Amino acid sequence: MSSRAANRRRSILLHLFLAPLALIWLFPLWMMAVFSTMPDRGIFSPDIEMLPHGNFLDNVQNLQRDTDFIGAIVTSVFVATTYTFLSVLLTSMAGWALSRYQFFGKGAVVAIILGTITLPYFVVVIPQFIMVARDFHLANTWVALIVPPLFNSLGVLFMRQSFSMMPHELFDAARVEGVKEWRIFLYVALPLARPTLAALAIILFLASWNNYLWPLLINSKPGAMTAPVALGTLIGLTKVSWGGIMAGAMMLTAPMLVVFVLLQRHFIAGIAAGAVK
Amino acid sequence: MAGVSLKNVVKRFGVYTIIHGASLDVADGEFVVFVGPSGCGKSTLLRMIAGLEDISDGEIAIGGKVVNDVEPADRSIAMVFQSYALYPHMSVEQNLSFGLRMTGNDKADTDKRVKRAAGILRITELMGRKPRQLSGGQRQRVAIGRAIVREPEVFLFDEPLSNLDAELRVQMRVEIARLHKELGTTMIYVTHDQTEAMTLADRIVVLRAGHIEQIGRPLDLYDDPNNQFVAGFVGSPKMNFIGGRVIDRDQSSATIELAGRETTRLRQPLTGPIPEPGSKVVVGVRPEHFGDAGAGDADLHVNVDVVEHLGSTSFLYARTLAGDDVVIQRDAAAVGNDAAEATVSIRRSYLFDENGLRLR
Repeated sequence: MSSRAANRRRSILLHLFLAPLALIWLFPLWMMAVFSTMPDRGIFSPDIEMLPHGNFLDNVQNLQRDTDFIGAIVTSVFVATTYTFLSVLLTSMAGWALSRYQFFGKGAVVAIILGTITLPYFVVVIPQFIMVARDFHLANTWVALIVPPLFNSLGVLFMRQSFSMMPHELFDAARVEGVKEWRIFLYVALPLARPTLAALAIILFLASWNNYLWPLLINSKPGAMTAPVALGTLIGLTKVSWGGIMAGAMMLTAPMLVVFVLLQRHFIAGIAAGAVK
Repeated sequence: MAGVSLKNVVKRFGVYTIIHGASLDVADGEFVVFVGPSGCGKSTLLRMIAGLEDISDGEIAIGGKVVNDVEPADRSIAMVFQSYALYPHMSVEQNLSFGLRMTGNDKADTDKRVKRAAGILRITELMGRKPRQLSGGQRQRVAIGRAIVREPEVFLFDEPLSNLDAELRVQMRVEIARLHKELGTTMIYVTHDQTEAMTLADRIVVLRAGHIEQIGRPLDLYDDPNNQFVAGFVGSPKMNFIGGRVIDRDQSSATIELAGRETTRLRQPLTGPIPEPGSKVVVGVRPEHFGDAGAGDADLHVNVDVVEHLGSTSFLYARTLAGDDVVIQRDAAAVGNDAAEATVSIRRSYLFDENGLRLR
């Protein structure tokens, strides 16, 4: 009985500590929701409003008129989905090769992949832009949006780890049975890596969905922009449409929040796997 | 069906040699067991026969065909792994048929083979279950079933029973023996459990540190071991070793004084070279080769530490006056509960030289 009471007290104390942290984290999201329902004028009124108004649809209409935001969201969905599918496929194949096969220079390959993680993205982005836009003439194309970030070093190491932890006797058994290597990968290894694949897919999808800098640089053609870039165009030199931006941000964030809540178990597991193992 | 032949097979990992030139002929339909302590190279040797490990030197032939560079799948073998290696995301039926389906085998034939294997192993009612829904023994049966559907010429077993509890192990051991009788296929079986080796094998191969120590039928190894290692490894409880010294010899025998007791002398008939007086030797006595005092070749006085009564028989865990630990098997009726000392006779013994080689 006393230990139950102690547990309860500990739980209350913990929540007293966590609740303010949760509020701090939720506050910007709440204000984004509030601002998305206010006219531009209201946002900068001296009295800070804490409750939603009724201007959300007006803001969305303005947003659609200025940027074809629905079209941009469709582009974003297409880019993020294609990118996630291809990247998961590519990184898992690379991870499989690095986990299962012994070949000359394997250590060096792993070291190089590991090394690329330590490079800040901003060091890579300019040479990457020059290569894609000037040398390959791929600016303003789907390929430029999807292909350059496809090879994800973290994903490769993530998948390599996952395959390495599987009992190798499973693959030996399949080999003895005469199953071809690519079929072992497809029918034995990949199904067993499903939790890792799910976590990786969520992380990659979010990364692509939120990506701003690369799409901004490589794809500024009106009508083919991704949603975050389209939102960025609302920040003009003389006028910034905050109501529209906040409504767009709401539309971009809400589905991701739902996905996160539904799949958070995989998401957290994925982050932990990357962090600890 | 096919035999397996190993000629001077060597395995090196970098600078370390794991298998030092193993040579062996396994006859068609024979059940051969590789036995030895962990790390002796028995599993490596099996994996080399399977093609899962490269051969550093030498030659392996299956059915008369050298298979050094042949893929595992093309060696007409099937292997059962220690961990069962069942595909966890597939049902029993899918596990059994996976290999055949993936290699484009005719569907009707695959179904027929799967049904036959399931029938042999009595797992027909488990076909829809996933491996996690099976007990250890059932998993092992499915793993064996997966080997059977391949209709191989040689079965390879890598410590298949070591994950099972004692009772189930005995049961599965009998099943494997039955399977061998039913299929008549060549089987090579790796274990560190000498009881499994003794009960299953037509012939046993005893390995130590990558060397084949002795090859022979179970009772031959038991009755006529070549060295102290084999003598100690085969038989349960293991053979007792008592230190001694040659004090006299004639043309066909040596007289041994057992360490610490002037009066305990043992006369050993020998046909080979007889060690000189003064040489140190080791006398091996199996637990069941002790008898009543005065009834054997020599008497041995021991201090008894523990007595184990197993019903029909009893084991005395004791110490000789020179400090050697011995296990003595006696009839339950001949042993009291609180015997602190005992005198037993040595009815039969083996003699080993200082390097552990058998003196015959």
